[in-house]
Amino acid sequence: MFAFVVRRIVQALIVVFVISIISFAIKSNVGDPVRQMTGVSVSEKERDELREKLGLNDPVHIQYFRFMKKAVQGDFGVSYFYRKPAVDVIISKAPATIELVLVSSFIIVFLSVPLGIYSAIYPKKLFSRFLMGGSIVGVSIPVFLTAIVLIYIFSIQLGWLPSYGRGELVNINGWQTGFLTVSGWKHLILPSISLSSIMLPLFIRLIRSEMMEVLESEYIKYAWAKGLDKYRVWFVHAFKNTLLPVITVGGVQLGITIAFTILTETVFQWQGLGFLFMEAVERSDTSLLIAYLMFVGIVMVVVNTLVDIIYGLVNPTIRVTGSGK
Amino acid sequence: MKKLFTFLSVFFITGIFALSANAKTLELAMDADPVSLDPHSQLSGGMLQYSHMVFDPLVRWTQDMTFEPRLAKKWERLNDTTMRFYLREGVKFHSGNEFTAEDVVWTLDRLKRSPDFKGLFEPFKGAKAVDKYTVDIITKKPYPLLLNMATYIFPMDKDFYSGVDENGKPKDAIVKVGASFANSHESGTGKYKVTYREQGVKMILEATGYYWDKKSPGNVDKIVLTPIKKDATRVAALLSGDVDFIMPVPPQDYARIDSTNGVKLVTMPGSRIITFQMNQERKEELKNTKVRQAIVHAINNPGIAKILMKGKATAAGQQSPKGFLGHVPELKPRYDLEKAKKLMKEAGYEDGFELSMIAPNNRYVNDEKIAEAIVAMLGKINIKVNLTTMPKAQYWAEFDKQVADMQMIGWHPDTEDSANYFEFLLMCPSKKTGYGQYNSGNYCNPKVDKLILASQSETDTKKRAKLLKEAARIVYKDAAYVPLHWQHLSWAGKDNLQIKPIVNVMNFPYFSDLVIK
Repeated sequence: MFAFVVRRIVQALIVVFVISIISFAIKSNVGDPVRQMTGVSVSEKERDELREKLGLNDPVHIQYFRFMKKAVQGDFGVSYFYRKPAVDVIISKAPATIELVLVSSFIIVFLSVPLGIYSAIYPKKLFSRFLMGGSIVGVSIPVFLTAIVLIYIFSIQLGWLPSYGRGELVNINGWQTGFLTVSGWKHLILPSISLSSIMLPLFIRLIRSEMMEVLESEYIKYAWAKGLDKYRVWFVHAFKNTLLPVITVGGVQLGITIAFTILTETVFQWQGLGFLFMEAVERSDTSLLIAYLMFVGIVMVVVNTLVDIIYGLVNPTIRVTGSGK
Repeated sequence: MKKLFTFLSVFFITGIFALSANAKTLELAMDADPVSLDPHSQLSGGMLQYSHMVFDPLVRWTQDMTFEPRLAKKWERLNDTTMRFYLREGVKFHSGNEFTAEDVVWTLDRLKRSPDFKGLFEPFKGAKAVDKYTVDIITKKPYPLLLNMATYIFPMDKDFYSGVDENGKPKDAIVKVGASFANSHESGTGKYKVTYREQGVKMILEATGYYWDKKSPGNVDKIVLTPIKKDATRVAALLSGDVDFIMPVPPQDYARIDSTNGVKLVTMPGSRIITFQMNQERKEELKNTKVRQAIVHAINNPGIAKILMKGKATAAGQQSPKGFLGHVPELKPRYDLEKAKKLMKEAGYEDGFELSMIAPNNRYVNDEKIAEAIVAMLGKINIKVNLTTMPKAQYWAEFDKQVADMQMIGWHPDTEDSANYFEFLLMCPSKKTGYGQYNSGNYCNPKVDKLILASQSETDTKKRAKLLKEAARIVYKDAAYVPLHWQHLSWAGKDNLQIKPIVNVMNFPYFSDLVIK
């Protein structure tokens, strides 16, 4: 077990290293930060002096080593736009994204479980068929379209909900939360529905198909034969085994969720990490861009490594077969 | 006693309500927020819009392109190189310090140190305080655009910005990367001071209450500026009533805003010219004047302005819009396909040739669509164009490298003057003089250079107009570049805002004069 954990951690470090190289390679392709900082009529000479000062004229590998040396100490450089250390900017924007993802996850969990189970138990009922049809449509509509349609209906036409931003925030030790005000919750509704719209249909279908498979299995038939109460069979015996693969998929979907926060936050001007990423690309704020990619990369690697290690604990066969992964 | 107390408290509460009913707040959404609180840190539209809220210039442009006094009450020319400004008395900075001639001297020195403003203030020698409220501004040579430049002199509080901050750094340092005192503190004479700022999220400006301009009808006491980058979201915020005023307005939504009750659209012809440059160094064929003329004749820019730009652009035959000194009325757009074909034949390129073209896709209104339309138009005279478009973050580096035969560029002159277009876009490119910095067509005509250089120190308006018009005629005849159109500026707001009186061709709405009914 110990050897397995060490191996996984070493692999994770290699992945982080590769991510850093890739983010650095992207850097030269997102444009010139100096251009963004200066007005159009500034002379080339002035621009070059600024580049020299920022060390942007050095060869790429020298810039990379300088970056890595500092990054190991937790210093990811200064954002050109925010004029603050990139790490501070990311920390200050993270709560917005975490809250959004949290609310979306709740929506997904509380809707997909009952709906998935229902359509597994009564696959022939009209409502189940409607769910299956609807979920196909749901998966195929792009998030930003869902978002714009929601804004159009609920903000512009009905005027019920705000169209952008996070509303009133309360600051708790530097964590800007929207959970404590009415306006904060109002602002959360549309973005979280948009973000959950892509995962919800997926999970409904997943739970349904897993559940149907489980309902066909031998031990469930045995349970029926024993004459157990139907609710006990469905929710205790069958559902437990349905949940395992669903949790695995949930972990894997984390990356996709992060990608979709970028779209959702951009449409709603939601000041979180996804929005920050888009802005950094548009402004060629390269140091912030690299910090974001590293941050997301590290989060993903940590989550996946933890999942793997926990799996290794739960299911020892993984350790043997998964060693070559 | 108790009754009296109740009466008094009711009286007091209604009094508060009456007060707050008069306090108007403007919810303002722009596509970006000011990058810094230091007006000299960047020369850009956004920073100048900010400067007009928090600072005051010596003089400012009116809607009909004349100058009106602000911190300077009046001015007179003493000699060829000196202009004397008489300053307004009793004006206070946000720090409480009094505004004097010393502040003007100090500010001009700082402008000459700013990487972004240095170039614009090159012709200036400096300023000299004559007495407490009189200042002489001196140029190196006779300079016709002294007043134009005075619109960029927003006096800063000398005492406030002098000395060192808690980190031992000079307070007046102009810092482009990282934090500095001036980037996060301000003390201007403007109607509003910044009371809250979270970069990229929100900025709150509140009226100081002791603003010197008592004649202004403006009644906005608080401005909440929210940057909303995405066009669709910005428009939605206005339509849903979350904000009162948006700028800029995406052209695809003009009709929508026009037809919606409760909001209105205000547009105005601007001075930003959109052009294509034809690189004569890269492409042999473009050296031929006939070919360049053919390209200009083949492009239907009135059609682009009417259809693509929904009429919110004015097709151009030259750079200077109407109202500029160098505008020549008879230089009209020249779309004529037959003539274009004939010119190609005369040049010996009847079968056409291939060229490469680049354009940005998020910098000018409909930039990508315009480029695509032009590809189709040039196809009609057998010129096959390979177009690449890219976001502005990458575009300018490619533009500078001159990676394509035809490159798009829009230009708005900081001086609001005709010569500026030539200096940047058409004069012979030279590292030494710094002229022709954006001349990727490599057009180089000594005659034009001579005219523009002469215009720079010609203070007689009539003579100067003659020089500039002459230059405009030459580049028209030479088809030095492809003029497309002047972009219109657009603003939109709720019906109870009186937008029209505060907007202008520079796109610096004077929010201190805004009236909300």
